[in-house]
Amino acid sequence: MVLQAVFLITALLTLGSALMVVLHRNLFISALFLIASFFGVAVFYVLLEAEFLAVAQVLIYIGAIATLIVFAIMLSRGMMTGRTSPRNAQALWAAGGSLALGAALLYVVVFRVQWPVAEKAVPADMIQRLGTGLVTDYVVPFELASLLLMAALIGAVMIAREKEV
Amino acid sequence: MTLLDPRVLGEWWNTFLRSGGLSEGWVIFINAVVVTLILMGFGLTSVLIIIWAERKIAGRVQDRLGPNRVGPYGLLQSVADALKLMTKEDITPERAERITYNLAPGLAVFAVLMLLVVIPFGPGLIAADLNIGVLYVVAMGSFGIMAALMAGWASNNKYALLGGFRTVAQLLSYEIPMVLSMSVPVLFAGTMSLHKLVEMQANFRWFGLIMPTAFLIYLISALAENERTPFDLLEAESEIVAGYHIEYSGLKFAWFFLAFFLNTLLLSAIAVTLFLGGWQGPFVDKVPLLGVLYFFLKTVLIVFVFMWVRATFPRLRIDQMMALAWKVLVPMALALVLLAATAVKLPWPPLARDVFLFFSNIVMLFVALGAIGRHLRQEAERFSGRQKWATSSSTTS
Repeated sequence: MVLQAVFLITALLTLGSALMVVLHRNLFISALFLIASFFGVAVFYVLLEAEFLAVAQVLIYIGAIATLIVFAIMLSRGMMTGRTSPRNAQALWAAGGSLALGAALLYVVVFRVQWPVAEKAVPADMIQRLGTGLVTDYVVPFELASLLLMAALIGAVMIAREKEV
Repeated sequence: MTLLDPRVLGEWWNTFLRSGGLSEGWVIFINAVVVTLILMGFGLTSVLIIIWAERKIAGRVQDRLGPNRVGPYGLLQSVADALKLMTKEDITPERAERITYNLAPGLAVFAVLMLLVVIPFGPGLIAADLNIGVLYVVAMGSFGIMAALMAGWASNNKYALLGGFRTVAQLLSYEIPMVLSMSVPVLFAGTMSLHKLVEMQANFRWFGLIMPTAFLIYLISALAENERTPFDLLEAESEIVAGYHIEYSGLKFAWFFLAFFLNTLLLSAIAVTLFLGGWQGPFVDKVPLLGVLYFFLKTVLIVFVFMWVRATFPRLRIDQMMALAWKVLVPMALALVLLAATAVKLPWPPLARDVFLFFSNIVMLFVALGAIGRHLRQEAERFSGRQKWATSSSTTS
């Protein structure tokens, strides 16, 4: 019962801050709400006893992606102080579209998806299994991801390089 | 003798709670509350002692007395300072973003206090032995970065904002060599649980002795992560008017400094856990409570080194700071990780491997120092050449 209460409160906070991300007039505060909602998702992972995913969520989404977003906002002129309006002429269409998409997703998740419960308990050496899996069964996607990151790194260096006189 | 084992004491405490007729859920709950209170009390009181030690040691190094008026040896000086800070006026800048402004100091302390959870103080003395301990330590650092950004932005002050930028740049840059050097002990032990990492370092097989260069890289990055001298250009009074917490006063300012000094203690504790064998030492298997003493002795030693560095070295410029991280520490740490990963997989006796790793570490350290020295000499020559050229051209014209 305690767990359910925690789940409900976290769900409310996560969804509330997700809403504020798209509704708030100040872009920087939107980014802070985005961080709050990322943190809410991390709490869900803790509730599901997936500590590795929770820590990875904090490390990657809050530590890297959110910091990057905040930097992008800070370095764009006038984004920090100005109050930009989150709405434009297409607000109604966008709201309708996302409502329809959300309803469709909810329908599938609630009525179509089977939710099998794992028969065995979660193994204690989950991290070791994950690590071994990454370099044996899933080595090709893993290496492809590192290739992509390498390309991004080289691209960043090329863009930021000082022009030769 | 068994009474000196914290695990036995824990069992005794649990049976004591259960004998009162409490259900298992309540026992867990009471233990959680008690452990939280102990850890927070420990953290907050240790900060007072660290501040006193910092001022006393800096005074001794600079041939001064340090605090010596309040209490014996000035021991109560921190208490007096804390009381003074409480009575100060709490100022909020008029156009500050109020909620973010008030949230930032709390978040800064939160990021550091959460680290206390995974620190093994002695055999069996750990609040939560997470199997992702090392990753957890790294993840909590990202909250510290967010706190600096929020404080810098919400103050509505351009110097605070610049300080926030610089803080994020420094913390992100030094996180990389820090994480890479932390992964070396993880490679050796094959686990990320801090408690198991300590257990793997029995009989003086300390990872810091096998890989001294990795330990050194961790210490340098920890200095930078903690915003300590020589990397304190983020909060030094002579640089951008003290950085992101310029607009904070009274207790909120005190909270930033609480986070700062607590971080010093915890980064040292993590250094001891990963590289200096944590609570391992002679006779620990007979008298487990001795482990707590060893752990604190080692931690105090590292904290002392941090303070010694602060009292001795001049500050780096921001370009030197960035160059040190990206051009020196990151390549070295990457090479060390490669070296450790290869050495762990090669089939040879452990002793031969450790000796080989030790000597290759020393060689790598000297090669790196030689390269830095040559670069600095070239810089100096180029600079003096330019000087000569400037003076000679001015005399001829």
